[in-house]
Amino acid sequence: MAKLELRGVVKRFGEVTVCNGVDLDVEEGQMVCLIGASGGGKSTLLRCINLLEPIEDGAIYLDGEDISVPGLDSQGVRARIGMVFQSFNLFPHMTALENAMLAPRRVHGLARAELEPRVAGLFERFGLADRMQNYPDQLSGGQQQRVAIVRALAMQPEVMLFDEITSALDPQLVGEVLDVLLALKREGMTMVLATHEMGFARQAADKVCFLKDGRIIEQGTAAEVFETPQQEETKAFLARALK
Amino acid sequence: MAKYNAAGMTRRQQYEAQQRRRSLLIAGTSTVLAVLAVVILVPMTPGWEKVQRSFFNGGVLADTFPKLVEAFFINVMIFAWCAPLIAILGLLIALARDAKSPALFPLRIFGATFTDVFRGVPVILTVYLIGFGIPGLGLPRPWNSPYIWGSLALILTYAAYVAEIFRSGIDSVHDSQRAAARSLGLTERQVMRDVVLPQAVRNVVPAQMNMLIALQKDVSLLSFIGPVEIFRQAGVFKSLTANFTPYVGAAIIFLIVTIPATRYADHLMAKQRQARS
Repeated sequence: MAKLELRGVVKRFGEVTVCNGVDLDVEEGQMVCLIGASGGGKSTLLRCINLLEPIEDGAIYLDGEDISVPGLDSQGVRARIGMVFQSFNLFPHMTALENAMLAPRRVHGLARAELEPRVAGLFERFGLADRMQNYPDQLSGGQQQRVAIVRALAMQPEVMLFDEITSALDPQLVGEVLDVLLALKREGMTMVLATHEMGFARQAADKVCFLKDGRIIEQGTAAEVFETPQQEETKAFLARALK
Repeated sequence: MAKYNAAGMTRRQQYEAQQRRRSLLIAGTSTVLAVLAVVILVPMTPGWEKVQRSFFNGGVLADTFPKLVEAFFINVMIFAWCAPLIAILGLLIALARDAKSPALFPLRIFGATFTDVFRGVPVILTVYLIGFGIPGLGLPRPWNSPYIWGSLALILTYAAYVAEIFRSGIDSVHDSQRAAARSLGLTERQVMRDVVLPQAVRNVVPAQMNMLIALQKDVSLLSFIGPVEIFRQAGVFKSLTANFTPYVGAAIIFLIVTIPATRYADHLMAKQRQARS
């Protein structure tokens, strides 16, 4: 049984079908990269996994448990799945530390005092120890995104979803964020990324899925998809993306 | 390398200094001309002497001003207890109107009706209806006090406006903030309380400042149902002295309070615009 299983996931916005029957297995500790042109359904798929969007059809299983049942306690599921967004979405009225402590305090009912050493440890690990007391607008884009990752990790999630987390960053800041992902991979975090960073996907992903028009057209190891793509659409996309 | 002239300025700085002198000169000249026109032309009107005697009478002003200031403290007092209650009620109404749970549907209806009614009726009418109507029920003292029911009329009316401003503030918080908060496992309530509301309230502080200034002025409407606040006091003096100068005195006292407050609100708005750009 995979950690996360998607079976025939369908998501529509009105007339538009954004995810059109997606099947995907994510094993424990795996890093899965979703690639494909914008509008292919990558981001929406991640939002569906985190139950931010209800799905029309199909099912999503976390540890074999169907989390896509309508009416399920979605807070409990979201607390187990962390998500990081393209636009950081830090809470601007809180310091970095408060950002990271809010959810554990509210959802797990932990006191600041018992929580702070652990969360401070996370900041330290990602080179943000001296930034904890800063507000988001006092941080660079790369720092903000790392704080957003720390905020998600503070909930001690079992799976992390990353939605094009380097797309809004200046090129010279991308590296520091990707390094965090590599560190998480070494620690065995289960991760699903929607990304345009082809070089990173090729180097770090355990599994690469190419999405187009809401379907996974092709999936396999990074080597399989990048070196020997089978589908014409994959070849065409890679030819453009790797140019 | 920049070339410096005798005054130690670059070409650009010299040009800008010249432009500044020019605009100062134009602004100064046009101001002087406008003031001269008023000072010369207004006294030439046939009724000027009479107006001057009945509206701008130095003696009457000096005699009544201290008492007017005293009466103004009644306005300040009424303002001081209304403002916090308006803020609380306004926020509750705003939240009621945005309530999503079906069990709270009556609250939504109530919130919508409340804002429709109290924004739709002139303040003075609300003051009359509540201020005369409720004491008319024959309540014992102190519950027949016009201070209580007049204040309630102001609180209800202003809460309706303030609630709408809070709602616009809630709408101004980007959906991505909600998504991020929900993705962390927070409940809708927690999302509202910890993430949306703090930002919403901050966003509407300048707009609410303007409501406070308007409230400060509208406290005078209570004079129609009894309390001898500044406007009423000025009216008393008008009758005693057969002179309108006390009203001008009252206006001056209002301006002393509202002009700094208005400037401060403008300053907050400018700061906010800057922070957003």
